[in-house]
Amino acid sequence: MNIQIQRETLVQYSVPEVEGSTLLEVLNHIKTKLDPSLTFSSGCRSSVCGSCSMRVNEKEVLACSYKVKDGDVISPLKNVEVIRDLVVNMDKAYAFNSLSKAWINKSSTTPDVSQEEEKLNEVQSDCILCGSCYSACPVYAVNDEFKGPFSLTRVYKYVSDVRDADVKEKIDVIQNTGIWDCTLCNECTMVCPQDISSKADIEKLRMKSTQYGYMDPNFGSFGGGLDFL
Amino acid sequence: MQNKVLVVGAGGAGLVAAIHAHDNGSEVIIFTKDYPTRSQTSMAQGGINAVLKHSCNDSVDDHIANTLKSAHGIADEEQIRKLCSEAPESVEWLDNIGVQFSRTKEGKIAHRRLGGASGDRACYAQDYTGLKMLHTLYDQVLSRNIEIKNERFLLDILLDEDKNACGVSVLNKRDSEVENYYGSSVILATGGYARIYNKHSTNAVGSSGDGIACAIRAGARVSDMEFVQFHPTALKNSSILISESARGAGGHLLNSKGERFVDELKPRDEVARAIHNEMNKGEDIFLDIRHLGEAFIDAELPQERKLAKLYEDVDPVVDLIPIKPVAHYTMGGIEVDQNSQTIVKGLFACGECANHRVHGANRLGGNSLLELVVFGREAGLSASNHAKKTKEYEQTNHKQTNDLLTQIKTFANELNFYEIREALGDLFYEKVGISREKKSLQESLTQVESYLSRLDLMGVSDGSKVYNTNLIEFLEFKNMLELSALVLKGALSRQESRGAHYRSDFCDEDKAFAKHTIVDINGVVE
Repeated sequence: MNIQIQRETLVQYSVPEVEGSTLLEVLNHIKTKLDPSLTFSSGCRSSVCGSCSMRVNEKEVLACSYKVKDGDVISPLKNVEVIRDLVVNMDKAYAFNSLSKAWINKSSTTPDVSQEEEKLNEVQSDCILCGSCYSACPVYAVNDEFKGPFSLTRVYKYVSDVRDADVKEKIDVIQNTGIWDCTLCNECTMVCPQDISSKADIEKLRMKSTQYGYMDPNFGSFGGGLDFL
Repeated sequence: MQNKVLVVGAGGAGLVAAIHAHDNGSEVIIFTKDYPTRSQTSMAQGGINAVLKHSCNDSVDDHIANTLKSAHGIADEEQIRKLCSEAPESVEWLDNIGVQFSRTKEGKIAHRRLGGASGDRACYAQDYTGLKMLHTLYDQVLSRNIEIKNERFLLDILLDEDKNACGVSVLNKRDSEVENYYGSSVILATGGYARIYNKHSTNAVGSSGDGIACAIRAGARVSDMEFVQFHPTALKNSSILISESARGAGGHLLNSKGERFVDELKPRDEVARAIHNEMNKGEDIFLDIRHLGEAFIDAELPQERKLAKLYEDVDPVVDLIPIKPVAHYTMGGIEVDQNSQTIVKGLFACGECANHRVHGANRLGGNSLLELVVFGREAGLSASNHAKKTKEYEQTNHKQTNDLLTQIKTFANELNFYEIREALGDLFYEKVGISREKKSLQESLTQVESYLSRLDLMGVSDGSKVYNTNLIEFLEFKNMLELSALVLKGALSRQESRGAHYRSDFCDEDKAFAKHTIVDINGVVE
């Protein structure tokens, strides 16, 4: 079986075909037996640490859960600086969590959380920060300050949490280069290994924002939308 | 006053320590060899033990009694009392900062049963408890604007002229430059060493015991290194963990004949040994949770179903799950006092890399996530208080140099260390695993010493300065080899069976060995 890996140039490797092999197993085979200079990140090998996200045939996957096929072309994530081979620098991407103030504003007492309330953000709290959504997001081609899918999902996680004492700070901060910059293209949803839809979370944050008196700035430029009539 | 605390490791323990040191008024820098949310803590599934106000038929005293019993006589009762009595406030704190615990119908934090517990005691977030704790802690660190140095590999603890800790030397993975950082307190929260067992371990690839190996080199003591916990249920082909909560909920262990052969809710050492005995009779072993039903499995054990499908190609709703026991948690670690400080002044430790003497010979499920909160907080506060009263260190006085990286460049690179790393894992699984005996332990020690003496024939073939994982993995391998020798020496000298350490040539617990194995760089201390 042959696969190609985007390093400084596209490099082809021949590896034994083993039924059901994950891409990570194949990368480890290459590194430990064929070419120790091949560079990639991995951690848990069980899809929960978010280290081994990369692209196969242009689509974001976790190497530890993708079953490799003959002819696959492996490349690093997009929208981030490539440090070497398949390793990218996530510092800037992760900094959007801070810029979005994606944390709880603690209350002095912690209220009970009903099972229904718990379900409001159960899926969002499954996020492993693999960055697949960030890589797949087309907005970064034109706007590299976009707070982006995983950070906005994280904001939604706390905004929808009944234990958060004050969500307004987060709602305020995601108005600029945040929820309104999303094109709702749904690419983030398509690649998420944890079945999270940042697009849906962004839509919910838009609705929540209107409750706080914010309006869609794109809408405003059309004179409140009446021009469509 | 310098008042600076350096935290090495950004899993649960490191982040808890950093938060508390910061809130106590210290300047904190966190170092991680990856990124915080990629830590081993993300893999913890089952839960965190805490008796809460609404707990039924359970008490802190029961929690203490269960933990003591499982520790088989080599735990510190006072430390266990601290662990268990601070559990309720620890979980309340996690609730307050936003951890998404699963709930009862009344809106309270739900409990589930884990092995060795007399009550339903583990608070959980589906089977993603560690993941959700880790990410919430990370968000709290960000909210405090605590500095995080990503992708720094720990090379050594820096010592001043009085042999006190005064900083850390790290390798920046991105450019291979050695960076020295100075501070009055250093906290190690670098995780365990179960990755010695290589593919026969549930652990992430980074669990190579780097902090423990560095602590020994800096003059600290380590203890009980021979105690390695085998988790009864890892997937047969991939060694990926299937949570104990699957058995806690009523899952059965079956042999090839479909017979149950052990009480599945005994502590892990006993269940793992029972499985081991069955396997030695030629049986294949399966975990059966089919009778729990699809609705329950999807609500409470969604990750287990996903992992079984993905990595073993079985659906637990309709299929048996093939399993085997593999190395999961290392009870041994850096010796610390009542303030989480080592004998090296200014050097603290918490989490799996430390030995707070609460797990003894066998850890209970649900006590490791608890440990990282209780003792992470203690380490953070102690390190901060120490830093506040320590005068600023004159960095210009510092003379310590690190020759290792220069030496490695001269290594012959005739032997592929990756092959030896794999061989070491196989050797440990077979001869230093669930059942041990003198002859094979001695053979293993000879083998490990031979590997150590041939390190200069191994080495790094990748000469790049940019993100050289070949170099990092060699440094991790070297740490694992050094710790392997300590595991073996401890296992050889402990001529008895106790908890996770089972000697087929000394099958019984022996009062004469009801003590800790303590080692420093010069050898056995006690």
